Amino acid sequence: MEDIVKKRIKQVLKGDQSAFEEIVSLYQNRLYQVCYRMLGNRHEAEDIAQEAFIRAYINLHTFDQKRKFSTWLYRIATNLCIDRIRKKKPDTFLDAPVPGTDGLDHYSSLAHDSPLPEEEVEKMEQQERVQYEISRLPDKYRSAIVLRYIEELPLQEISEILELPLGTVKTRIHRGREALRKQMKKL
Amino acid sequence: MKPCPEEIVQYMHDYLDGEITRRDEQILSEHLEKCQACQKHMDQLSRSVAFLKSASHIEAPEGFSDRIMASLPKERQGAGVRRWFGRHPMLAAVAMFVLLAGLALFSNFNTSDQQLAVSTQPNLVVEGNKVIVPEGEKVEGDLFVRNGELHIEGEVEGDVTVINGSKYMASTAVVTGKIEEIDRAFEWLWYTIKSGVKEGLSVFEGPDPDDEEK
Ligand SMILES: [Zn+2]
Repeated sequence: MEDIVKKRIKQVLKGDQSAFEEIVSLYQNRLYQVCYRMLGNRHEAEDIAQEAFIRAYINLHTFDQKRKFSTWLYRIATNLCIDRIRKKKPDTFLDAPVPGTDGLDHYSSLAHDSPLPEEEVEKMEQQERVQYEISRLPDKYRSAIVLRYIEELPLQEISEILELPLGTVKTRIHRGREALRKQMKKL
Repeated sequence: MKPCPEEIVQYMHDYLDGEITRRDEQILSEHLEKCQACQKHMDQLSRSVAFLKSASHIEAPEGFSDRIMASLPKERQGAGVRRWFGRHPMLAAVAMFVLLAGLALFSNFNTSDQQLAVSTQPNLVVEGNKVIVPEGEKVEGDLFVRNGELHIEGEVEGDVTVINGSKYMASTAVVTGKIEEIDRAFEWLWYTIKSGVKEGLSVFEGPDPDDEEK
């Protein structure tokens, strides 16, 4: 697959914009999923994933073609997600549930340090609960945990995406698992 | 009861990462057999992981890629020029000749002029012949560097043009506009003419030529 991608990249760089479409269709689900799990909101996930593809297009000439393209793309997307999380932090409480988004967004847009009452958590559907627990993870651990367990990427690749030493990635995943364990002791 | 060895929890995580040595695994399993507290800890960790893995696969919404394709900036200008020259090699040679003949006319292009020239924006850092867009900073407007080394670590909201110099982009770098590197006299002339033509046209067409590119 990387071969097709590299061919398309060369075409885009030569000015053939339409070659970018195949790149988008190959990676759109993965990128959208990461953004959704990081941000917990479909609307924002679409916004950020779209922004990531546009930035990748604009900065495509800076991509080192000896490297893996998906790593570069994930890096753009996770950086944008982290920025978005930081920017929106102060007013997360003002977020109203978006109609027609099956209620997931309501819980996940809450800050992790404001847990819901236990009865409410227990009433959640399994999938709703997964997103709720991910959204309660501190940001630092969230990106590593999402890349590890939702995208199922190897530690080495996560270290390249997040531009962190392998040891730091391991520590974040360990702490993320511990945080999750504490959050869900009663499961 | 004596406290558990400190490294036991570390071994649990090594185990979950699939990176535990045989020796450590042995120590871990022996300890877990006799320690209920650690058994519970390990069990909770494994369940948390299984819980995460149960997350359903999520797909991009309908029409997502169409919306992206529709919002891409128009094709890069440089690419268009290169393609045009690629298709018309003879014309390219003629153009080259005309341009080289005209070289003497351009008094502002002087190869002995090695001084650093840079557009003035408030948050640019200049060190020797190095021009830096620091990480976390946003430079607004087009950035122009001549005879220097440009390091982009932050964000540039506009076009970047580097003439007779080099450019380094950190992974944190973001450039919203076009990036052009002009190294040779020929390209520099071409660039000058192109901008000249653009400016000339804009007099007749009214608004800023940049607007119609978007
Ligand atoms: Zn123990």
